Amino acid sequence: MSPLLSNAILLSLFIFSLAMVLTLIRLFKGPSAQDRVLALDYLYIVAMLMMLTLGIRYASDTYFEAALLIALFGFVGSFALAKFLLRGEVIE
Amino acid sequence: MSAELSLWVEVPVAILLVFGSLFALIGAVGLLRMKDYFQRMHPPALASTLGAWSVALASIIYFSALKSAPVLHAWLIPILLALTVPVTTLLLARAALFRKRMAGDDVPAEVSSRSMESGS
Amino acid sequence: MRRLFPAPWLSLALWVLWLALNLSISPGNLLLGAILGLCAPLMMRKLRPLPIRIRRPGVILRLFLQVGRDVVVSNLAVAWIVLNASRRPPRSHFIKVPLDLRDANGLAALSMITTVIPGTVWSELALDRSILLLHVFDLDDEALFIEHFKATFERPLMEIFE
Repeated sequence: MSPLLSNAILLSLFIFSLAMVLTLIRLFKGPSAQDRVLALDYLYIVAMLMMLTLGIRYASDTYFEAALLIALFGFVGSFALAKFLLRGEVIE
Repeated sequence: MSAELSLWVEVPVAILLVFGSLFALIGAVGLLRMKDYFQRMHPPALASTLGAWSVALASIIYFSALKSAPVLHAWLIPILLALTVPVTTLLLARAALFRKRMAGDDVPAEVSSRSMESGS
Repeated sequence: MRRLFPAPWLSLALWVLWLALNLSISPGNLLLGAILGLCAPLMMRKLRPLPIRIRRPGVILRLFLQVGRDVVVSNLAVAWIVLNASRRPPRSHFIKVPLDLRDANGLAALSMITTVIPGTVWSELALDRSILLLHVFDLDDEALFIEHFKATFERPLMEIFE
């Protein structure tokens, strides 16, 4: 891997982490419960994109499967939380 | 230790990666800076559409060049996002409307009843 | 045939998904994917409320390209608005869109399209499916927006699903 690509990957990983920090601030600040769920959902998406980028950095397929798993768990988690906010019960 | 790739592969991959991560950052900035909850629902869509598309495209280009054969499975990520993100967004919008109405905030009344006009 | 494949498109999609996940087209994977495509729709049949009738593949392709273009354009627009938010705050509004589309599958597709495109969030649908409450990030002219929305997304979906 040439220095160009590895530096670009490092730069984009840095930008992704910056995005996660900003999202974490929103997660802690709130103010309402749905804000926190939204921020958590966004954290999952950014983490998944980071996994894809790491897969390119280490030229490995394994990260793709990790990204898929994060996407699925993120979906189920956010879905359950949003459902909980809607009615106050997870299972109706 | 990985095989050398030509610049024709590396430059697009690098540009796409930085482009996608910038969109994720703009989405986070929007999530942090917008004033109203419903305004904050829009910026995260940046990362799950164009951000995810460009990172997936970079992954496809890179692995296809590395293995000298089309490796297309990264497209599953944008497709999966396009199927799952609307479900959570829709539920979150409805939950927010429900909770804001309960709290008596300034949001439109339920559209089913048609009795009141929206006060937006 | 109908009994064996209650949802042929779902079976095909599952088969392709299996092959893409395994990154191989060896005979074993072809067979396993085919078994998955055969069994999963049969087991899930009770969960599918409505059969889907899809017509006019040309319209589907055109709608697909239109949505892709709109996603890119509105991504750039929303990004620009977010970066300039301190100088010019976005004019966000809830708007009510009267709907002519009644088919449940078509409405599901419409909700996916509006939510995937940044700048619009599908908020609420009236129980009789006649009015849609939509939150728009930056709105210029409400009547113009509703007209554009109905012409570009709702009408093709009505052609496809009804």
